[in-house]
Amino acid sequence: MKKIMLISFAVILSSITFVNCTQSGETANDEEAAKKVYVAPGKYDEFYAFLSGGFNGQVSVYGLPSGRLFKIISVFSQNPETGYGYSEETKPMLMTSYGYIPWDDAHHPELSMTNGVPDGRWLFINANNTCRVARIDLKSFETAEIIEIPNSGGNHGSPFVTENNEYVIASTRFSVPIPEKDVPISSYKENFKGTLTFIKVDPHNGDMSIAFQILVPGLDYDLAHAGKGPSHDWAFFTSYNSEQANSLLEINASKNDKDFVAAVNWKLAEKYLAEGKGKKMQTTYYNNFFDEKTLTAKSNKITSVTILNPKDCPGLIYYLPTPKSPHGVDVDPSGEYIVAGGKLSTVIPVHSFSKMLKAIEKKDFIGDKDGIPILRYESVIAGEVENPGLGPLHTEFDGKGYAYTTAFITSEIVKWKLGTWEVVDRIPTYYSPGHLCIPGGDSKNPWGKYLIALNKITKDRYLPTGPELCQSAQLIDITGDKMKILLDFPTVGEPHYAQAIPADIIMKNNQRIYELEKNENPNATKSEKYARVERKGDEVHVYLTATRSHFKPDNIEGIKVGDKVYFHVTNLEQDWDIPHGFAVKGSNNSELLIMPGETKTILWQPQQEGVYPFYCTDFCSALHQEMQGYVRVSSAKSNTKISFN
Amino acid sequence: MKTISRLLLLFATLMITGLFFFPIWNIDLHAPQYPEGIGLRIWLNKITGEKPFDLININKLNHYIGMKPIVPESIPELKYMPYIVAGIILFGMLVILLKKRQLVFGWIASIVVIAIIGLYDFYMWGYHYGHNLSPEAPIKVPGMTYQPPLIGSKQLLNMKAESLPGIGGILLGLAVLIAIAAIIIDKRELKGN
Repeated sequence: MKKIMLISFAVILSSITFVNCTQSGETANDEEAAKKVYVAPGKYDEFYAFLSGGFNGQVSVYGLPSGRLFKIISVFSQNPETGYGYSEETKPMLMTSYGYIPWDDAHHPELSMTNGVPDGRWLFINANNTCRVARIDLKSFETAEIIEIPNSGGNHGSPFVTENNEYVIASTRFSVPIPEKDVPISSYKENFKGTLTFIKVDPHNGDMSIAFQILVPGLDYDLAHAGKGPSHDWAFFTSYNSEQANSLLEINASKNDKDFVAAVNWKLAEKYLAEGKGKKMQTTYYNNFFDEKTLTAKSNKITSVTILNPKDCPGLIYYLPTPKSPHGVDVDPSGEYIVAGGKLSTVIPVHSFSKMLKAIEKKDFIGDKDGIPILRYESVIAGEVENPGLGPLHTEFDGKGYAYTTAFITSEIVKWKLGTWEVVDRIPTYYSPGHLCIPGGDSKNPWGKYLIALNKITKDRYLPTGPELCQSAQLIDITGDKMKILLDFPTVGEPHYAQAIPADIIMKNNQRIYELEKNENPNATKSEKYARVERKGDEVHVYLTATRSHFKPDNIEGIKVGDKVYFHVTNLEQDWDIPHGFAVKGSNNSELLIMPGETKTILWQPQQEGVYPFYCTDFCSALHQEMQGYVRVSSAKSNTKISFN
Repeated sequence: MKTISRLLLLFATLMITGLFFFPIWNIDLHAPQYPEGIGLRIWLNKITGEKPFDLININKLNHYIGMKPIVPESIPELKYMPYIVAGIILFGMLVILLKKRQLVFGWIASIVVIAIIGLYDFYMWGYHYGHNLSPEAPIKVPGMTYQPPLIGSKQLLNMKAESLPGIGGILLGLAVLIAIAAIIIDKRELKGN
């Protein structure tokens, strides 16, 4: 008997093992997958992928299909490696109305677009916590601008761009009293409001400015997407908590069968603005801009914003009822279908833009919320995707008539057909995918070759590293009828969302150096003959040049304890890939990494007498180790004069 | 002289004006760290990099072996070469107007002599840069000099230096060949008559 039990136990065990094996059945066979992701030495990847870093406030740049990491771009986080957020030139980038905030939670990278297709000029990304939107310049792969969003509780539903970057749109996750004031939280329904923000983008230099905000009922606004093609003039925002609960939202905001997608006609908003319907409101927010000429950031404090109230602007907003607690809202390449991911819904509702216009025309409303008309669900719905997996969140498109939706709870990606709403394929992911990315998958013209699943959990997929396991992306081939997993690759931070674009679009604009001649930084030292040290009271300014393989000056004397020493380091190189580093012993700030032709300044405040070495931190030449110097620090009372050579 | 020969001479003269628009000589350097290439372009009146910052970068590399920086402003030849070439062009025009075959010989001879002097001068500059190295150079390889080849290629430490005529130089050579052809054609025509 015991024997029989043992045998049956063994059978069960082996069948479990067998099930585990077949779980990866959708993986292309290893050799085939390896061939598809192998990029031979010296060859380039086909796509750049920009993955948000989630809670690390950065963007990481990967190659597809190899999954190789190329660069981490510091956006809302300091980087002691380059000096970003530490150097005098970049500190202003992280200024906000709450002071200097060197961290954030960055979720949604979004490529700039021309005619609804990514153009490779800029990448926008949001900061959730201290509400900001950043613009990264894709010539230099550096953060070029950060604008704060006033009147926002949490900048989650951003930044999504209209077809020609007319606007970058943003919505507040948390409704808050506007303007902020001291009120009981239980007065949520009376006092709390949301805002939808439209940021104008200068078509030439990308300069961002807030054009207007729309004051909306106090719900939680979640995500957004701009329309395209026929729906060009519109933007769509999901919301949850139509219950307007203010405590234990898990239960209290999950009661209503339907919440809303807000449809906003921004062209009409422009008309109302022109008619003077906007009201100026006093507020404070910052716009930080990195000037390419001086290679220095400036913070501008702005004190007012224009608010549009839907009550004064009929036709500006409509609510589309949407089951149930919708998260993502995605517009298909034709601009006709608006897909919402109802995270508690058992179907994926797809709204029709043309039906929406007809329903608006017929005033087919079932009521209103604070004066905003609510359209009839049955009149605007194009179809419902049945059995799409549990917890559908986000949808992207391949440009061939198919949509791909992540199902968080059932840990899979579901492929379905636009128009028939039939599920045609599904593939498990490892595990719990949030967003997904198809290159150009939210644009008018997707490059529908690969799909990246951005997973939240990686248990059993990689070597364990303590309680915190690596974050992960999975590359899936979507060229055939069946999706096939090609590659897992670990990522930096929590890769929340990603955007990808053919490499050649970006490569052709790549910046190799900063022209020294055009460097207008007031502290630039353009030739060794101007290298010098100057004392101004207790400030000492060291105008230092760096070139292969020496600093000028390399010996500095006459600095005293208590001095504020500013090292203004100019890299005299004009050759690609020859940055120089600068580090001084005991610096409690950071080191610097200075690009060819660039000037960066770091503040150093020596606390003790002695002789302090400084050196180049980036291996720059055969004589890199010789690239060094000394700073002599004398007592505060000493009368050592400034000298250098 | 027959019209066809004079037309050929006119063509040759016009080709020489190309020296004002194209480099006469190219020196290209190849090294593992410069997959995109790095090089010098020697013009009638200036020395530039192949790409905007190549001259700066070549000077930076040269400082390791103690070679003097190449400062085009300090090379007097670059100041008077344009006048010499302008003289050749005027001389060519004169030859076409005067229709004397002997003058064609004189014109060709003057170009060849100037070209030889020019090449010798170029060689001497190369010799001067390659041999007069700073005694304080960080990298000193016993017996090593860094004179680029006059024409052809040569390995100089990690750099393979390649020295060849540029478009301007080629045009000048072709102009001489065309002028010779003009003389031959002219002679044949005479014999035929």
